Amino acid sequence: MAEHYKPQKYKAWEMTLEERFQEVYPPFSEREATLEANRCLYCHDAPCMVACPTHIDIPTFIRKIATGNVKGSARTILESNLMGATCARVCPVDVLCEGDCVLGADHKPIAIGRLQRYATDYASERNIKFFQKGKPNGKKVAVVGSGPAGLSCAGELAKAGFEVTVYEKKEMAGGLSTYGIVVFREPVEVSLKEVKMIEEMGVTVKTGVTVGKDLKFEDLVNDNDAVFISIGLGQVPEMEIAGEDLSGVLDGLDFIEKTKVQALDSISYGNRICVIGAGNTAIDCATIARRLGAERVTMIYRRSEAEMPAYHFEYEFALKEGVSFMFLTQPVEVLGKDGKVDGLKCMRMDLGEPDASGRRSPVPVEGSEFIVPCDMVVKAIGQVKPAHFLKMLEPFGVESVKGYIKVDSDNRTAHRKIYAGGDCVRSHGEASTVMAVQDGKIAAKAITRALVDEAALAKN
Amino acid sequence: MADLSINFAGIKSPNPFWLASAPPSNSAYQVQKAFEEGWGGAVWKTIGAPVLNVCNRYGTIDYKGSKIIGLNNVELISDRPIDINLKEMREVKRNFPGHAVIASVMVESKKEAWQEIIKRTEDTGIDGFELNFGCPHGMSERGMGSAMGQVPEYTCMVTEWVMEVATKPVIVKLTPNITDIVHPARAAVRGKASALSLINTINSITGVNLDTFEIKPNVGGKGGHGGYAGPAVKPIALHLLSAVGSDAEVIKSGVPISGMGGIETWRDAVEFMLLGATSVQVCTAVMHWGFRIVEDMIDGMSNWMDEKGFTSCDQFIGKALPRISNFGDFDLGFQSVARINHDKCIQCNLCYIACNDAAHQCIDLKELKLTGEARERLWPVVREEDCVGCDLCSKVCPVDDCIEMVEIETGRPHITWNQLVTSKPEVLEWDKMEEYRKTANIHIH
Repeated sequence: MAEHYKPQKYKAWEMTLEERFQEVYPPFSEREATLEANRCLYCHDAPCMVACPTHIDIPTFIRKIATGNVKGSARTILESNLMGATCARVCPVDVLCEGDCVLGADHKPIAIGRLQRYATDYASERNIKFFQKGKPNGKKVAVVGSGPAGLSCAGELAKAGFEVTVYEKKEMAGGLSTYGIVVFREPVEVSLKEVKMIEEMGVTVKTGVTVGKDLKFEDLVNDNDAVFISIGLGQVPEMEIAGEDLSGVLDGLDFIEKTKVQALDSISYGNRICVIGAGNTAIDCATIARRLGAERVTMIYRRSEAEMPAYHFEYEFALKEGVSFMFLTQPVEVLGKDGKVDGLKCMRMDLGEPDASGRRSPVPVEGSEFIVPCDMVVKAIGQVKPAHFLKMLEPFGVESVKGYIKVDSDNRTAHRKIYAGGDCVRSHGEASTVMAVQDGKIAAKAITRALVDEAALAKN
Repeated sequence: MADLSINFAGIKSPNPFWLASAPPSNSAYQVQKAFEEGWGGAVWKTIGAPVLNVCNRYGTIDYKGSKIIGLNNVELISDRPIDINLKEMREVKRNFPGHAVIASVMVESKKEAWQEIIKRTEDTGIDGFELNFGCPHGMSERGMGSAMGQVPEYTCMVTEWVMEVATKPVIVKLTPNITDIVHPARAAVRGKASALSLINTINSITGVNLDTFEIKPNVGGKGGHGGYAGPAVKPIALHLLSAVGSDAEVIKSGVPISGMGGIETWRDAVEFMLLGATSVQVCTAVMHWGFRIVEDMIDGMSNWMDEKGFTSCDQFIGKALPRISNFGDFDLGFQSVARINHDKCIQCNLCYIACNDAAHQCIDLKELKLTGEARERLWPVVREEDCVGCDLCSKVCPVDDCIEMVEIETGRPHITWNQLVTSKPEVLEWDKMEEYRKTANIHIH
């Protein structure tokens, strides 16, 4: 049977472990891509393009797929978003470009994400290089953190002729794209290829370097003309309940990271897993647990379905994967035997008056405690804010807002040489990869304006 | 990046993409916007005799969900006064000295009228002229447009009148609404035209309303023939371009050709150029999507040139033209047969029914036991010894690269029809033909 006509395998129990961790959506064949691209209306002033935080010229890149100019298509994407291959996979397209597609009203929206993946994969598979380091302008910029914001900023600056060094504390660069996106959404190789592309643009990426430990932040500021901070956020915070230190209680991000860097069959998992939280990371943890082979995976969330922070399509995906949900349930204690988890004590909740976030706040139901038997508890209740880094920034006058780094609309902090972007500045609203990429672009533009354009003006 | 610039009969253009003389090139506003978006040149909407337009002006052919694969129009030449057009041409040329601005003209069949408008227009600084001998509706009834282009003597005569006074290159635009386009092409060359362009639109009626019996396009309850354009006419345009481009008299004159008719993408443009067009003109695709399509045309052609190792357009213009041949010069010994790849086949059986009902009955449905399924469907299998190599099956097959036409050696003589009837004129009789087929191992079933 023709490869592209083969029905997708979807029954997890009929798939091997490796197959279960392949990308959920298979790549488009040439025919599929062409047919889908030709369905695009090529709108003028298209809403998809407006909805994209990086404002990729979506109708143009899709038309280029339709005309067979796939190389040109990839260039159109990457010109606006150097992390186009990652965004094609991880963007919440339902609430961004595809959500605003005019065809959504009476047909179905164009599969923009998958077309973007088709074009960027085409270029990546052929090692097509679109951008080179610009003519050196004699200025140096340090970037702290190599996630999407950092790489985007570094790449844009390299194009403008800056000498850029990216410092990454982990062994591999790429940030959450490398370590934090479940592998069946984005394989590690995709992220690492993006890192390589940025390096080939003349950016130096130094991994295994922790700023503040291996390198003084002060030195970075002194030795460079500008510094861009894109350190993201930290680990999952404490739940502050008893039994949290038992063996079998995991940080959700660590759990995801294992599936990115370890052999899949070497990852230990429980058979009855409780995932605490109902955000996108929690869904990731629950679905990888299922795909690893866990028989019973329950997500525990103290509010109801309506308040859950995960995207609706992620919720639907989890349901399809056989994850069960316990809403209005608050964990109160992790129970254990011989130092190992064997249950989670929870309490029923009711919804009360709206809280500061506008969501109805959960109120405990007295005497409703019950125990969910389990052998693993995965915490995914958010990430800790960059308090330690803020402390390091304090002497420079960098301000904070709600524990995040405070920046202006140019992504500049209160210190004229220090810029920041990505999750570490996202003090309100949802954080996403594509917004981080845009932060990097905005900062790069502002740095160029401040160090090159304005300097040139002053000279004249 | 490859160099896309061209020199068309002395008219320089940063790329081969020109707006055709049509509604998109009606005003300075439009032409300048087009240049800003990347178009290399524009043939201004035809100026000349005073006109009055009607509405509705367009009829379209939509095909299975795709809008406008063909566009018919009954709009006339520019309805704006000549003075305004000339003033705007001057303005555009001043603002875009490096772009090609070409004035399309059409007046009644009088020497003075033609010479006067040429002189007046040349004064604006435009780069050249295109003589509209092709408009098939409205103007033709008044003795202009295709009424001139359909009579080679008129084509030659008016071209001569214009050449007497023109100091800029003159392109003669040909109508496809003629039995053999080569004749007016030769006439234009005899009249000393500097270049040719083709095709103008094709006479058409796009449809009839089943409820009201109105004709499309519907002009207040009436309808009539209009000029057909868009992707649907491309094959006709490619043929006429190749016919003109491979004509000995045209080749000898050395005049360049500007090709048009259904060009929508860079791929279409490359095809026209491979068949000898030096520049290409576009209208319908712009009417559908706007000027912005040119960005991909430039980018796509440039990427294609890089891939093929071409650094300038003249390296590939006309490259496919030598392959244009008469039927009588095709190799009668060339044999291809269809091979179905059962790894790719999805068993729609369209190849089977096409071959069985509409071709030569050489595909069978057979039990092959390929899947191990208990109730396996039958598979289409070609009887190669009977396959005439018509290629219909692969054309109806919905799966890419599933049916391949494979060249095989049959031992038949590699001879052309012309060679055969020269050496064996007797084959023009059926009994001798039958004899020849036997000796040549040609099996008809």
